[in-house]
Amino acid sequence: MTAGLRRHLRIVGYVIGSLRRRWRKNAAVVGVYGLVIFTLASVVFLTQSLTQESVASLQSSPEIMVQRLSAGRHGLSPVTDAGALTQIAGVGAVAPRRWAYLTDPATGETLLLRVAEGGRLREHEATAGAEVLRRRGLAVGGTLSLRGDAGEPLALTITGVAATSTPLEAAALITVSETAFRALSGMPDGQAMDLALRVRNRRELPTIAAKIGESHPATRPIIRDDLVRTYTALFNWRSGVIVASLLVPVLAFILFAWDKAAGLSPDERREIGILKAVGWETADVILLKCYEAATVSLAAFVLGAGLAIAVLVLPRPPAVLPVLLGWSTLYPSFRPAPALGAYQVATLFFLTVFPYLVATVVPAWRAGTTDPDLVMRG
Amino acid sequence: MRLRRSAAFGLLVAMLAGLGLLAGLDAARRHSIADARFAAHRALARWVMFTDPALFTDARYTRHPSLADRHSAFQDYPLALEHFPSGTLIVPPAHLAGPAPGSGSRPR
Repeated sequence: MTAGLRRHLRIVGYVIGSLRRRWRKNAAVVGVYGLVIFTLASVVFLTQSLTQESVASLQSSPEIMVQRLSAGRHGLSPVTDAGALTQIAGVGAVAPRRWAYLTDPATGETLLLRVAEGGRLREHEATAGAEVLRRRGLAVGGTLSLRGDAGEPLALTITGVAATSTPLEAAALITVSETAFRALSGMPDGQAMDLALRVRNRRELPTIAAKIGESHPATRPIIRDDLVRTYTALFNWRSGVIVASLLVPVLAFILFAWDKAAGLSPDERREIGILKAVGWETADVILLKCYEAATVSLAAFVLGAGLAIAVLVLPRPPAVLPVLLGWSTLYPSFRPAPALGAYQVATLFFLTVFPYLVATVVPAWRAGTTDPDLVMRG
Repeated sequence: MRLRRSAAFGLLVAMLAGLGLLAGLDAARRHSIADARFAAHRALARWVMFTDPALFTDARYTRHPSLADRHSAFQDYPLALEHFPSGTLIVPPAHLAGPAPGSGSRPR
């Protein structure tokens, strides 16, 4: 072991002893510091999780969705529109999609109804997401009671668990036969909710969307890539709003940290004086203070970020989730799959740990250059 | 004569309090002269049968929350997440949060 490394290890050993001697003060700093990091980390991690959730939900979506507008609102699309859209150069296939939202009469939650592909289900059969079944205490073979468009009760036999790719789908999806779908949604024959366009060349998407807009003025083409960009920008904006509202407690903490890091207590001054008197050099004292700050800030970071990760997987949803979700709280409650990116963790680390370390360098240097005799006399 | 520090501080506080009071008086004055404008707005709102004060203009469900339904925020594609900025600032109205009317179930 080299002499340099031994010196560092000894200083670290001393730091640990020193922190233990003043454990009450240090525990308070780590606690408050950790709480601030936890709050910021919760927002950052949840934003990442929700962005990934929305991107994942769009993964299997068609490249372009065409909706008909009626009186400025989303209306039903005639299935016959598909033929004209197929003629547009670059469009691979056009499929009318039958889906609708349904309000669960018991809970008021918004569920998604879809017609099973390939007519797999018979009239009174349905499959549902695993979470839909769990929350209703249903198993395969059980009966799901819904209310039809005209208010009549409709009982569907669960024949299986629907394949889902996101937690929201698992909590809200019900697939039914076409007959049951019409009874539940009231959608007339020959109509669809929208038309799904498959396009092979992604670079042609804006041109095709523009052509649709020109040839079918009463429709609205939605490009999937635009939606992905919208969601990324949206969740960043919402997390920005939350962080801005947290600015006051964060600033209060910065003041508190600055005060703790910059102002040395009489005990600490005496300690530094003694260290210098017994032969420690200025560089050693600065190193000591830097290691102290690094230990405190790393402990707070691990505590705060660790709690934020734990909250992502705990059964109780984090308090900031409804703010990020906005009106999506009308869906059955769901937890986005936890998503942690190295970029988010690194940003959080840089924004929380680095300022604390910088704040301690100047007072450490001032303390290190003080005359030991002067300090010990007080 | 040199002003004592305590007197200077007292003066500053008194000055700020005076400014605060003036701001309050000004707000009251502006409010009283705006009555005529408010009356015209009220008449217009009655005439066009407005349902909400339309605090936001981006999404129709936040512009007229009383006319929103449980599905209006998710129309882009199946299980779309709500994505307008004002969706964070105005929460769904209370009548959308509970069970559907006539379901006979207790609110959650």
